[in-house]
Amino acid sequence: MATNKLYFYFTYLGYSLLAISILCLLVTLTGSNTIDHIAWGLSGIGLLMAGGLLLIFLTRANRHVAHQNNGIWQNGATSRGFSAWVLGIALTGFYVLLYWFPDSLQGLITAVEPLSRLLRNKAADQWFLYGLFYTIAVLVMGVWALLKYRNNRYQLIRTCSVIFFQLGFAFLLPGLLLAFNQPEFYFSYFWPLKYDYLFPGTVSYLLENGQALGFFMVFWGAILSFLATPVLTYFYGKRWYCSWVCGCGGLAETAGDPYRQLSDKSKKAWQWEVAIIYPILGFIILTTLLLWINSWSGGSIFGDLSGGFARSYGFFIGSIFSGVVGVGFYPVMGSRVWCRFGCPMAAYLGILQKYFSRFRITTNGAQCISCGNCSTYCEMGIDVRWYAQQGEPIIRASCVGCGICAHVCPRGVLKLENGPTDHRYQGTTLISRDAVTIL
Amino acid sequence: MQPGQHVVVIGNGIAGITLAKQLRARSSCRITVISAESATHFSRPALMYVYMGHMRYQDIIPYADWYWTKKQITCLHELVTTIDPEKKELKLANGEPVRYDKLVLATGSEAVYYNWPGQHLKGVQALISLQDLEQMQAQTQNIKQAIIVGGGLIGIEMAEMLQSKGIPVHMIVRDNLYWRNNLPAPEAELVTTHIRDCGIQLHLSDELTEITGDETGYVQKVKTKNGIEIHCQFVGIATGVKPQISLTLNTLIKTDKGILINNYFETSATDVYAIGDCAQFTDPTPGQAAIEQLWYTGRQHGEALAAILCDDRKPYVRGPWFNSAKFLNIEYQTYGFVPSNCDDTRYSSLYWEHPVKTKAIRLLYEKQSGLLKGINLLGVRYRHDLCHHWLKQNYTIHQVMEELHAVNFDTEFFQHYEPELLKQYLQQFPDRNAPEKQHSWWQLRKRFSLFSSIPDNC
Repeated sequence: MATNKLYFYFTYLGYSLLAISILCLLVTLTGSNTIDHIAWGLSGIGLLMAGGLLLIFLTRANRHVAHQNNGIWQNGATSRGFSAWVLGIALTGFYVLLYWFPDSLQGLITAVEPLSRLLRNKAADQWFLYGLFYTIAVLVMGVWALLKYRNNRYQLIRTCSVIFFQLGFAFLLPGLLLAFNQPEFYFSYFWPLKYDYLFPGTVSYLLENGQALGFFMVFWGAILSFLATPVLTYFYGKRWYCSWVCGCGGLAETAGDPYRQLSDKSKKAWQWEVAIIYPILGFIILTTLLLWINSWSGGSIFGDLSGGFARSYGFFIGSIFSGVVGVGFYPVMGSRVWCRFGCPMAAYLGILQKYFSRFRITTNGAQCISCGNCSTYCEMGIDVRWYAQQGEPIIRASCVGCGICAHVCPRGVLKLENGPTDHRYQGTTLISRDAVTIL
Repeated sequence: MQPGQHVVVIGNGIAGITLAKQLRARSSCRITVISAESATHFSRPALMYVYMGHMRYQDIIPYADWYWTKKQITCLHELVTTIDPEKKELKLANGEPVRYDKLVLATGSEAVYYNWPGQHLKGVQALISLQDLEQMQAQTQNIKQAIIVGGGLIGIEMAEMLQSKGIPVHMIVRDNLYWRNNLPAPEAELVTTHIRDCGIQLHLSDELTEITGDETGYVQKVKTKNGIEIHCQFVGIATGVKPQISLTLNTLIKTDKGILINNYFETSATDVYAIGDCAQFTDPTPGQAAIEQLWYTGRQHGEALAAILCDDRKPYVRGPWFNSAKFLNIEYQTYGFVPSNCDDTRYSSLYWEHPVKTKAIRLLYEKQSGLLKGINLLGVRYRHDLCHHWLKQNYTIHQVMEELHAVNFDTEFFQHYEPELLKQYLQQFPDRNAPEKQHSWWQLRKRFSLFSSIPDNC
């Protein structure tokens, strides 16, 4: 009983800290020039982290691993209830301000100025603010994932990996590059996700401004896109990137983890997925080619047409899709909307994974009981059970290899593994199955 | 099966639905599945997850409606009231008659109650059907204490469900350890310890004697043989299941405990078959149960009868036994024959247990011949295909040791404990050497062709 009281006391403390932090952040955002933005803002961020970590520790460490998903579908926050919509609208609103009205965020940008100076030796802007929030979200919710999946070594290592790549490669390193007057560069993002890294404009900028390092950056980007990606995907599947390295994946696997069950598992959703993601990959390939042709011809062929192409891609896909819909809709549509329906890198990796890879999720003989935990907790909306109950391996272009299906399976039926490509699609002999195509 | 013929299946559980699916794969006959319980097939073992909020009811439905339409399998949500095997007709509760050419009974199980005083009080129930789940959801709102009677698989599920809602649970178990009538003592002890560690109050070697209620007819208290009295607002009855045979009473279909069938699933009435939990083999293979009440055997019955109905008339042979379950945090798998009480003069084991008592592996073999008889696993996953192959091909423990490395199915990066088993093996067989070269699963899979002949997922 005494521990129970202590538990409630700390829970209230956690919620109070969050409430105060939101207040601080709102003051920072709306306060006039008379307030000390730095004090208010950094207190707000600090309290947000402290309160968040306290609540995460209380809710996750306190229940045993088999009970981590208790009540998910009975709690409004994780089942599209009122609070989920409120959070979704707030997140979407933040993205709208960030992309189209950055001046409105000036209070917060001023608040993080000292951090930006410290890391980048440069004034803060809205993108530094965004990067900081993003990294904090991955760090704090990374603790959530580490506690929630604490008995699973694959999940522990993978979560540490996404935290490492977000913090090191997508936050600290680009900042330090700026501090040393080098071009800002993200070594963990490649074309076609970071589409402009192979655009002629970026390439010439890097070569001109980065000297030897710039040359290395261009080389790195090209090697990763065209050599390392097919090779690594052949050996390990798409997961080497999507659920171990990528920042979008990193956020989905940490901050998005409470929402993974919201992804749509219907046949219709899969049809939409295929109809959207591959045209986007085609669009980005076409854009890149056009830009290069135009650049070689000195702009004589298309004039600014290809530039317009690139800008509309940046607006519709880069901003609206990956940001506003991709993260803003987490609490309503699940954590991988962008990765599943929009990401051209995912489309590229997916084709490789489906046809040129050793990766698969093996179904253990005839052990499946069709319970549906695997499908429910698949953030990519794959109906994992469909294959498992027929004793077939799961080889889907969209699978990011997060491994949660194998973790939530109550009968230990699923295993992510890499094996020979021959007989890769063949399942067990212990279940007879019927042939129906879903797509 | 002739295309025009009508096969009617009563029951849409795993047995009935597997039959319908497999029949459709082989024949274009008319197929109707009738269930009073639910409009469509759902996963019965997953009911607990709906209660616990891991999934919604729609998430435990393995096949969407489009599937049944596409497969031209008619699903009727109706109660069958009577069967007339002479007229080959059954009656639905709405009065409508349904004619059939072949009738398959897959009516499943019902709970066993032992005539305890007070067993009909409100708040006393079993957990088998969807309706039981709904009732349990209603009856466990805001309660302070719950009792589970029975130390089996349904019992531990109910206990876990209640615990997930923060309800303190007591379990009354007849054996001296949890599930001792199925598990050897060390495994049963490990699981028992785990259940206690998770905060469930176990009353071992005890039995329910009486349930008393309050003036409104609600359960208030249970009394046990050992004289313990526990106040409670809910009593979960999990003392076993028996075949659901009420439909066949007063017909010419012969029954005993279950609906009696031969090894072709044929009942005593022409063109009437029974599969799954409700069926009882008149003449079971020696050493095998007459009534098989597992999810997996239900599916196997469905597959086998579909072949039989489509002129592939082979008697049902179960093949090596396997089963799996989960005791709170500990997964359980078993392959082959591991009796709860073993004749030590005939059998011996390699048995390893993790020091913190969360994992265990047992390989049971026959002393004289060295033949592998069965495998028990707690907290460790093995490959079903390979275990099946070993048992089917009558591997000796010595042959098993040569392939042991390949059998582990745990998640990547997990620690493997097969070296511990090898250590034990070398102690038990000092004249043997450690196997020289271990083959990978992929090599063995290819060598023994442990995969289906055609690619499935394309």
